[in-house]
Amino acid sequence: MMRVALFVTCLADTLFPQAAIATVRLLERLGHEVVFPEGQTCCGQMHVNTGYPGDALRLVRRHVRVFAPYDVVVAPSGSCVGSVRHQHATVARGAGDERLAGRAEDVAARTYELSEFLVDVLGVTDVGAYYPHRVTYHPTCHSLRMLRVGDRPLRLLRAVRGLDLVELPQAEQCCGFGGTFAVKNADTSTAMLADKMRHVLATRADVCTAGDASCLMHIGGGLSRLRAGVRTVHLAEILASTEAGPADAPAPTTGGTR
Amino acid sequence: MTRSFLGMPATAPPGVGHLRGTEPFPAAARRALSDAQLRRNLGHATATIRGRSAAVIGEVPDWPGLRAAGRAIKTDTMARLPELLEQLEAAVTAAGGTVHWAADAVQANRIVTDLVRATGADRVMKVKSMVTQEIGLNEALEAAGIEPVETDLAELIVQLGDDRPSHILVPAIHRNRSEIREIFLRAMPGVDRALTDEPAALAAAARRHLRQTFLSTRVAVSGANFAVAETGTLAVVESEGNGRMCLTLPETLITVMGIEKVIPTWRDLEVFLQLLPRASTGERMNPYTSMWTGVTPGDGPQAFHLVLLDNGRSAVLADPVGRQALHCIRCSACLNVCPVYERTGGHAYGSVYPGPIGAVLSPQLTGVADNASLPYASSLCGACYDACPVMIDIPSILVHLRGQAPHPRAEATAMAAAAYTMDHPALYAAAQRAVRLGRLAGRRGRGLPPPLSGWTASRDLPEPPRQTFRQWWAER
Repeated sequence: MMRVALFVTCLADTLFPQAAIATVRLLERLGHEVVFPEGQTCCGQMHVNTGYPGDALRLVRRHVRVFAPYDVVVAPSGSCVGSVRHQHATVARGAGDERLAGRAEDVAARTYELSEFLVDVLGVTDVGAYYPHRVTYHPTCHSLRMLRVGDRPLRLLRAVRGLDLVELPQAEQCCGFGGTFAVKNADTSTAMLADKMRHVLATRADVCTAGDASCLMHIGGGLSRLRAGVRTVHLAEILASTEAGPADAPAPTTGGTR
Repeated sequence: MTRSFLGMPATAPPGVGHLRGTEPFPAAARRALSDAQLRRNLGHATATIRGRSAAVIGEVPDWPGLRAAGRAIKTDTMARLPELLEQLEAAVTAAGGTVHWAADAVQANRIVTDLVRATGADRVMKVKSMVTQEIGLNEALEAAGIEPVETDLAELIVQLGDDRPSHILVPAIHRNRSEIREIFLRAMPGVDRALTDEPAALAAAARRHLRQTFLSTRVAVSGANFAVAETGTLAVVESEGNGRMCLTLPETLITVMGIEKVIPTWRDLEVFLQLLPRASTGERMNPYTSMWTGVTPGDGPQAFHLVLLDNGRSAVLADPVGRQALHCIRCSACLNVCPVYERTGGHAYGSVYPGPIGAVLSPQLTGVADNASLPYASSLCGACYDACPVMIDIPSILVHLRGQAPHPRAEATAMAAAAYTMDHPALYAAAQRAVRLGRLAGRRGRGLPPPLSGWTASRDLPEPPRQTFRQWWAER
């Protein structure tokens, strides 16, 4: 049994708790203890990527301080883990804080995205899930190209009973979210989203899944606007579902109001 | 001798050349995105090049090793650039060439114009070159009464169409063949009025048009892909042979090159001549690789001038993070894989260097304030970094440059407030609850105020959950 510190991410905490709850239920079902360090807030990625490394510094310092005591940190997000691994030490060094940079690297080395943790650390691909839906998987850019999770999420999905996995055409093309890019370059972001939605709809899947709530908020927000009738569901929610029922209330990850 | 610190190296001067656009990227992109024909042309062309390139890269057993070698050579070069440039100058001079140093576009244009004037010629033929587009050489020559003739097919299309290049390698990528036919019919003197839009027919028309230029023009201007410091050898790689005509037929050859194009040794070409064609055109071997060393009596141009251009490059070199943008070998692989470029095309970037590499190079050459929107013209998806044959970490440079960009005051205030709130968990929890209350209070169904209205223009907002994760955890 392992003791896992959940790095919930600010987005899942605030807007998509069902993804985080599913992560907790899944890890507990697999026999591990999950703890939630309550001092955590945000990793600072939005600040770094929007050009505010100075403001991000205090969030990096907080993140490192909060997670330093834990041997294993797991997040249901490729992007936030990517920030921890590839940005935190850089932000610290940019501010001349070499000691913080070293501690950030220590924490980063113990931080895993969910599919990495399941496949690489726990060595499981069949998590005992049941999810009787037609599903297509969008590999998010940061999980794909920063973390190199490769086919780990697909291996996990293939082992889910009842799940009909359909390949997404041009899956590796960015969905157009890109954090504040979605607002600063809303037109370009929308053009990218239009193509992603076209490919999702072409699969005739009921559900589009991914390892990042942020990209799903974007794809799902577009699908909802079109009333396309396709849900977006975080990978953790699928893996947490069993014959006994879904991980949480059957609310979709995204969608809703205009 | 005492040395005094002269401050940061100068950036490229405004008012000359094509490194600055006239409007920010989002506004230019918005217009480009509404051009359905442009979207089709770009989507088709980039997908074709991507597929071809991926296939031939897949054949190479040691592609990662080649990329690492390319990066290592460039890193070494940048670490001793002044020394290598002096070595190049000495080798070119010893081989009968003349080397000129140009601090910026203004100086380079003046040097080239004076050299052409000294020959008495009123027309020059040009090899496709990015650097002469960067400095606006054609405009400078025209102002001096000298006619520049572009000989690369795509550059010719751009020149005849009174247009601007939109891609590093395929400057007319935004045009399809029927548009090219129309341009030729409109602007090519003596063109056959029965011209069709068959690619072979279009190429034949350009060939007839250019033949007379090749045979009658006494001065040529080129750029350079590589310059070997140890031997003084210049290299130009191209696919049509038109470049070779320019490099061999005239009496005088003037080559303008950015100072970052130097490589230390002849042997280093082995690495780059494998990387470049596969990454750029998707060819196994480059079709026309022309190399020359100074002047050879009785063979080729009898006068050779090399203009070494800075134009902001020393300023780029001074930035430890940004300097790797100088490693670029202008293959355009990053453009072809970029989901932003594929949809907006190159003109939206304003600069002659479009796409991901342009978004990191142009702002550094001009100073970030003059191209402040370009570092944000990316979703940071990382496809460019994976595609780059010399492993330039473009996403990291983009993020680095965003940190130097001038920020809107309201945004800066909001960001500082957000960081403060997120550094105080009690405030953070209160803000989380406010998200839900705010949605319940009124904005449901009506979108968000600017700048967040960019989100609700095309996407619904998620329904705020009944409780946040930390509330669920606390009640568990």
